[in-house]
Parts: sequence; C-alpha cells; structure tokens
Amino acid sequence: MDISNYIYLSAILFTIGAIGVVVRRNAIVVFMCVELMLNAANLAFVTFSRINGNLDGQIASFFTMVVAACEVVVGLAIIVTMYRSRRSASVDDASLLKR
Amino acid sequence: MFKMALQVGSTHTPEAVLFWIMAPMAVLAALGMLLVKKAVHSALLLAWVMITLAIFYIAEDALFLGIVQVVVYTGAVMMLFLFILMLVGVDSSDSLVENIKGQRPAAILAAIGFGGLLLSLIGRAVSHTAAVGLTATNADGNVQGIAQQLFTRYVWAFEVVSALLITAALGAMVLAHSERKHISQRQLSVDRFRQASLADTAGLPASGVYARHNAVDVPALLPDGSAAPTSISSTLEARGDIIASEPFELTANEEEEN
Repeated sequence: MDISNYIYLSAILFTIGAIGVVVRRNAIVVFMCVELMLNAANLAFVTFSRINGNLDGQIASFFTMVVAACEVVVGLAIIVTMYRSRRSASVDDASLLKR
Repeated sequence: MFKMALQVGSTHTPEAVLFWIMAPMAVLAALGMLLVKKAVHSALLLAWVMITLAIFYIAEDALFLGIVQVVVYTGAVMMLFLFILMLVGVDSSDSLVENIKGQRPAAILAAIGFGGLLLSLIGRAVSHTAAVGLTATNADGNVQGIAQQLFTRYVWAFEVVSALLITAALGAMVLAHSERKHISQRQLSVDRFRQASLADTAGLPASGVYARHNAVDVPALLPDGSAAPTSISSTLEARGDIIASEPFELTANEEEEN
C-alpha cells in the first residue's frame, strides 16, 4: 500500500467536512463538521511526520488537538448562548440583519 | 524477507488490510454525518470516524496521539457535544427548506471541485514519495520522543497553549453563565412582543368569554365567531376533559340572526 493513501483519505474527509459546514443548518452539526476537518488535517500531519521521519508533524497534530479542545469549549458556549436568546440552534434563524 | 522498510514509500500488508477495511468505513460514516437528519446520529458517526483515525495514528507509529485522540476527542469532546445536544434539544432536526436558492447544489459542486483540486495536487506532490518511517525516531519510545521535542523546541508554544486553555475556560464560563434575576413586568411585556407570532400578544383569551356556556372547559369565541382552543387550560386538555370546539362556533346564519 502506498503511504500517500492516508493523505488521500485525509483530503476526502476534509472535503466532506467542508460540505457539511456549508450545507447543514444545525449549528452543532456544523461544528461537528469543523471537528471532522480538524481531524482530517491531523491525519495528514501524522502521515507527513512518518514520511519525513521526524516528530514535528506529531507535535503539530498535538497542538491542533489542544486548540480544537479550546475551540469546542468556546464554540459550544456560544451555541448555548445563542440558543438561550433565540430558542433555536439553527444557523438560519440568526438572520436579524436580513429582516 | 520481512524487514521494516520493505519498499520505499509503502507499508506492510497488515497495515494495508487495516487501511482498506477501516478507511472506506470512515468515509461512509463521514458521508452519513452529512445525510442523517438527527444531530445525535451525526455525533455518533463522528465518534466512529474519530476512533478510526485513532487506530490509524497507532498504525502509523504515533502511539501517543492515538491514545490522546481516544481520550480527548472521542472521550471529552464528543461527550461535550452530546451534553450540549441534550441541553439544546435532541429533537431539533434540520429543516430541509433551502433558505438561499440553489445553495446546496452549488455547495456540493464547489466541494467536488475543491476535493478534486486537493486530491490531484496532493497526488502529484506525495504519491510514491520515499517514506523515512519513524522506527529510528521512536527508538526511545514515541512518548519520550514527543516529550523531548515538546519541552525543548516547542516549549514556548506549549506555555502559550496553557494560557490559551485558561482563557478558553474563562471565556466559556463567562459566555455560559447566566444569573437568575427577577423578571420585571416590563421584561415580561417586552418578551411578549418578541414572540414569533404576535397573535397572543394581548394575552390568551379566557375560557367562556363570549361563549355559549360559561364553563372552564368550553373554548372562548374569537371576534370572528371561531373557537379559540388556547383559551382552555392545558391541564384540562391533558386530562381529556375538553369538549370539541366546533359545536360552539357560530355559523354564518346564526350570526345574521344576532
């Protein structure tokens, strides 16, 4: 098996995540798709680390995980605040400027 | 001969078997995330993708990251997601109505273009490259290797990340904190006007008002003669002690008589 298959898988997962961010309406699902994109990038990092034979890629992946954890905490807090004020987690409902 | 570096850029057969079993399932689960309607199912499929990635990390000599992936992502992050999902409402499924016309096909088309670009570029850059492998780097152990890098070259980034974590925790506390305060009459009336529909702004009609029977289980009549089901207490409705509202509606000729 060619090692670049991991990179292809990572690209496919990243693309699927990108579709999800644009297409889905539920803010939480959109957020999960962002997580999918971050995970796909991590897989690419780990594979690059293996290709290059050093641990820099894994360190980058580690930092991505930490930042993703922060991002999840703040993002979900924002979703909860949005839900409290608008009683909905749909991204389409937050369209006050349109009306 | 079964040596560590069999061929330049390729891996052992067991890993290939693992990859070709797990990778299509991960892609299917990721696609399912887009297609399922309920957010909880999306979350479970995402957890599956994350566990698959953890297995891939371990297969790729990144033992530490594989374990961290399971503990942090599938453990903490997905649990947080499910927790918020329960808080915000599990039954809030996606509306299938398109708000922007043609957004969905355009998005899918753009994504296919983007994915094609990504795959073709990566294909040119990466395919059949010589993989050095991590056998030499991981000679002292993967965790030890990462620790050595983390506390020497990347120690500044590590410290900054700790500041980021504290800031994120504080930010989440500030955002999610809400004080239980006294709701004033003014706030109540403001809230009444901020409802989705202004039909009940003046308050719900009382039962028996303008009705033919002066009883609590009889719906009020609205000015146009139709019955107002909201005028009856929801407790009575739940008990089934409610009379159908049609017999109480004024018909057109009755209205003329009056």
